[in-house]
Amino acid sequence: MEVGFTHHQAAHCENGVASNLLKHNGFDISEPMIFGIGSGLFYVYIPFLKVNHAPAISYRPMPGTIFNKAAKRLGFKVKRVKFSNPKSAQQALDQNLENNIPTGLQVGVYGLSYFPDEYRFHFNAHNCVVYGKTENDYLVSDPVMEHVTTLSHKELEKVRFAKGAFAPKGQMYFPTSIPKQSDLPKAIIKGIKETCRDMLAPVPFVGVKGIRTVSKLVRKWPVKYGVKVANHYLAQIVRMQEEIGTGGGGFRYIFAAFLQESAVILQKPELKELSHEMTKIGDRWRDFAVEASRVYKNRSSKSDVYNLLADEMLKIADLEEDFFKKLKKAIA
Amino acid sequence: MKKEEVPQDEGNLSKNNVRELLYATDEYGNYTTALSKGWEPKSIALSNAMNDIFERMESAKAEILAGNSSPIAYFMEASKMDIGILASYVGIWKWRVKRHFKPSVFSKLSDRTLQKYADAFGIGIEELKNFKAD
Repeated sequence: MEVGFTHHQAAHCENGVASNLLKHNGFDISEPMIFGIGSGLFYVYIPFLKVNHAPAISYRPMPGTIFNKAAKRLGFKVKRVKFSNPKSAQQALDQNLENNIPTGLQVGVYGLSYFPDEYRFHFNAHNCVVYGKTENDYLVSDPVMEHVTTLSHKELEKVRFAKGAFAPKGQMYFPTSIPKQSDLPKAIIKGIKETCRDMLAPVPFVGVKGIRTVSKLVRKWPVKYGVKVANHYLAQIVRMQEEIGTGGGGFRYIFAAFLQESAVILQKPELKELSHEMTKIGDRWRDFAVEASRVYKNRSSKSDVYNLLADEMLKIADLEEDFFKKLKKAIA
Repeated sequence: MKKEEVPQDEGNLSKNNVRELLYATDEYGNYTTALSKGWEPKSIALSNAMNDIFERMESAKAEILAGNSSPIAYFMEASKMDIGILASYVGIWKWRVKRHFKPSVFSKLSDRTLQKYADAFGIGIEELKNFKAD
């Protein structure tokens, strides 16, 4: 049993699944468009929560929100179902495949046997599409992979019922109604407005202010916890920033690509200028990751490295604050 | 980032079938996509995370040999879990899972309970009962 489905690789799993499912239903939309319209750019520091024994910093909103927001703004409907037991979850998926519906799934990364071991942590908000079934395997289109892949029936059950934070509970989703025409400019403006609002939010844990708060913490780490723990925390920031499915620098580039596409649709050349600016900010995030990696590899000979890194974060925060203020004006 | 600058660092990942897609700019400054084989800062961060796990496994092993901890501690680290995640996999309250870390409590666990742990770790019940620290 196999549904004809075209796999397109994406930079981020959730946009990728959304864009692939929509393309399959005849609604041609790029990954950056989904990301921008769904307000995918974000920054949040969650105090008191530890992930992999380190502070929780996320460069993305809650799982599922990008797709949901994009759906709402573009006017298509998504059906989401969760299950209490694996058997009914499997039946519902098989039913969908029989009806020729490729289906999006929320899965845990730890059980994905096609990933290298280093990627496999207990992170439960990954997304992929199942588009077919053979005697032993399910056919899987994981948007961050170059090609389609497979998981055994047993493995798929495991990843659908992974446990811990954001447990997927077998969640599956698929678009049910697709509009022929969609008010793209309006959707874009809504997406941008929300991103500006989030990044400029007057809350110390969110957006630009969140970056500043984390910068303050980074300064204290080596004294408060010792070099070893501080290095572990720093490595965790970089993993959160650049690992598959999250992305700090990478997300900035997707957002820049979105602005570039939007400049044409909205006929606002200033968005193209802003796109270049966002590219430069993305470069700085990547430079930050390079500097940070020197520290946790103990290669940095500079003294006071944690202060230097914290300063760099402050600079990025200033640049982003300035950027989102300009962006807000540009679409007002 | 320009397309030519997209890093192609051959990493030390356990599987090298992974090429990531990145958005990068072409010579006119327009966005396009490019594939990356890997990037050093990231692969160091990943291998740091793995080393951290290995260190945790080693110290868990030492604790077990010293009679301070049960084999559950070792397999929890080996499965990259913490107590919260383990508790949700086995469906047992956290404080009870914590108790099962005590060798005296562990030795009295029923096979049914041990089976839950074995399933969570993807191992056989025998491996849990006859822990070999080699």
